[in-house]
Amino acid sequence: MAKSSELTLKNRLFLKTYRWRRVEGAPWAALEKPLSECTVGLVSSAGFVPPGVEPFDETVRGGDSSWRKVAADVDPSTLADCHRSESFDHKGMEADPDLAFPLTRLRELADAGVIGGVAREHVSMMGSITVTGPLQKETLPAVAAHFREVGADLVLLVPV
Amino acid sequence: MCNQTVGLTAGAIEAAGVTTVTLALLESIAKAVRPPRALWVPYPHGFPLGAPHDAALQTRILRAAMDLAVEERGPGPVLARFPG
Repeated sequence: MAKSSELTLKNRLFLKTYRWRRVEGAPWAALEKPLSECTVGLVSSAGFVPPGVEPFDETVRGGDSSWRKVAADVDPSTLADCHRSESFDHKGMEADPDLAFPLTRLRELADAGVIGGVAREHVSMMGSITVTGPLQKETLPAVAAHFREVGADLVLLVPV
Repeated sequence: MCNQTVGLTAGAIEAAGVTTVTLALLESIAKAVRPPRALWVPYPHGFPLGAPHDAALQTRILRAAMDLAVEERGPGPVLARFPG
């Protein structure tokens, strides 16, 4: 189980005083069709970057709030871990990217007919963002528009 | 911070009309950030789908997340626990 006691003292003190941002307005979009007809997309905040794509910038103060598209047919073993946080163990997701970006599992569920299909492009972010202004103003509207554009009916989001 | 980032992202996607389910590693942060549907999983940071190379467990978690999307009819936010 994840516990804040896993973190360094510095991180624990930071989290104790941090003012968490919240989702305003309690948005709710009910699933309108059977799962077996749904196109499903993924968001992972593990900071994975596909081959040939610019890495996340670990030097941005407050966190790099940019995002990357990840094609549905990417080989997950080629995703590079660019997450800057040292407050968690990276070994598991480096050994098996599906642990944090479960694209192979999603493809299997599509092949088994459990879901209708896998969105043609997914989204990767680097989650250690403490200053959320640029995230909320620029990234989130673009990510939301992306999933409408690729026809996603359901999006699963995975933190690390 | 990852839990906040994905929670806020879920809120924006849902507000655009697309159903979301967010995995949550820390229940307290899910309660604070309030994504529309969250499934708390009992795993350490860095291991949201449970264990590397455990396809069966990873699939069970994804199925549980999808079940939330199918079964919950709102209003949100909804916070469930894995395993149920």
